[in-house]
Amino acid sequence: MIEVKDLVKVYGKTVALSGISFSAGEGEIVGLLGPNGAGKSTAMNIITGYLSSDSGTVTVDGHEITDEPEKVKTLIGYLPEIPPLYTDMTVREYMDFVYDLKKCSLPRKPHLSEIASVTKTFEVQDRLIANLSKGYRQRVGIAGALVGDPKILIFDEPTVGLDPGQIIETRALIRRLGRRHTVILSTHILSEVQAVCDRIVIIDRGRIIADEKTDDVSTTVNRNRRYSAKICGPTGEVLATLRSIPGVSGAEVTGERDLDAYVYLIESEKGRDVRKDVFAACASKSYPLIGMEPSGMSLEEVFIKLTGNGKKR
Amino acid sequence: MSAIYKKEIRTFFKTPVGYVFTAIFLASSGFLFSLSCLHAGTTDVSNYYTMLMFAYVILIPLLTMKSFAEERRMGTEQLLLTSPVSIVKLVASKFLACLTLFAATLVVSALYFIPLFIYGEPNVGKIVGCLIGMTLIATCFISIGLFVSSLTQNQFVAALGTIGILAFLLAVGLLGTYVDAGFIKDVVEWISIYSRFSTFTYGLFDVASAVYYLSVSFIFLFLTVRVYEKRRYA
Repeated sequence: MIEVKDLVKVYGKTVALSGISFSAGEGEIVGLLGPNGAGKSTAMNIITGYLSSDSGTVTVDGHEITDEPEKVKTLIGYLPEIPPLYTDMTVREYMDFVYDLKKCSLPRKPHLSEIASVTKTFEVQDRLIANLSKGYRQRVGIAGALVGDPKILIFDEPTVGLDPGQIIETRALIRRLGRRHTVILSTHILSEVQAVCDRIVIIDRGRIIADEKTDDVSTTVNRNRRYSAKICGPTGEVLATLRSIPGVSGAEVTGERDLDAYVYLIESEKGRDVRKDVFAACASKSYPLIGMEPSGMSLEEVFIKLTGNGKKR
Repeated sequence: MSAIYKKEIRTFFKTPVGYVFTAIFLASSGFLFSLSCLHAGTTDVSNYYTMLMFAYVILIPLLTMKSFAEERRMGTEQLLLTSPVSIVKLVASKFLACLTLFAATLVVSALYFIPLFIYGEPNVGKIVGCLIGMTLIATCFISIGLFVSSLTQNQFVAALGTIGILAFLLAVGLLGTYVDAGFIKDVVEWISIYSRFSTFTYGLFDVASAVYYLSVSFIFLFLTVRVYEKRRYA
């Protein structure tokens, strides 16, 4: 659906993007994650045709943006970090303007009504945008991006400045939109990516340092697999048993308890699944195993590990 | 293209810009008309239009200062530039919207001539020539105003910049009337927006002057397009 290949953008002596490549398939929600100044907005501005790259290509549905800019722009709906709203217009006037601007061929009234229904902006249609709350402005911005039913939606920091209720509503809206559109959203809020995205592309200092499904990112970073197991029995002996299992590279007691069971963190060697061996070892020693689940790194841990955050940037 | 054009026209009258421009235009032209025609007891409108040209220095920036500067400040240029509209069409739409409001006000101000037709016999050819000449000069000035507006996101800076450039251009034209050195005088008069208007005040349509005005206008519109293209590559 959209393929970004080897994008390079240099501002003077600052390299904003140094050859990033990623793609997003149909109906996928991809999160561009990275600290402030990582190059997320620059990437989005290039994808939408607002900026041009120094080299590299952006192909949307088989159309390359430098060859067919107008065609590509009809396929993309874009909500920049600050919604591009004319505050002297009412919401209805704004939507009519965007409809004409995008040369939309869908029937005007039903199409705009459907968008108002999806974004819940019906009740503010005749209000001046200048008088709307930030949450409603964001919704109107999203509504504008939906005009023309573009295949790809790009949202730059869509929840910045919203209150918690508005954030939850906006995320729910993006998830709903992801059923019919390919969505690329940028954020530096880790929980947002976890809550909304199918896939994460982590950018740092203009480079992609991870491109994985949301659930797999921590596994990718921490190649050794980790499990959390609840085992009854004397901790010292249980630990010795666990550490003696072939393929287990480490075992620790976390200090947490569940009734008379202690919680152990078991790490396996790369590519080894030791769950059956752990079960068998515990059973042979009559240590009841009452629970076991994968225990990846949290996204925060992944992010810090990958971007080296905390170090001087 | 028509979407941006219509939006610009609507914005003129949804904000004070259109009303302020029209009011100041009609007030200043009314004052200059009564001074140069009614008070002087003449049906010759050439002096009136020559003086009105100097009022353009203030009037045109009122029209153009917001055009691009405000879009940039509000972030709405991102909507325009990521829509399936080329930069050329964007600039052309804004230019035509400004020219439309200007031309409409100029036509309305021509109602002042009614007393001349009732109580005298004005030269219609001169009036039409002046109206054409003034519209051509306005195309130059609007293009310059749009170009300056594209360089900044502060509309007051845009207005002051445009006033400065327009005042300079007219001052250069006036200089031609004082300079006596043959070659310099020829060059100054050739490039002078002011001097080239004089043929229109005789009721003549000077093709060379019309081409000159349209060329200057084209150059500044082209530069405005280049400003946007360059910013994409910045």
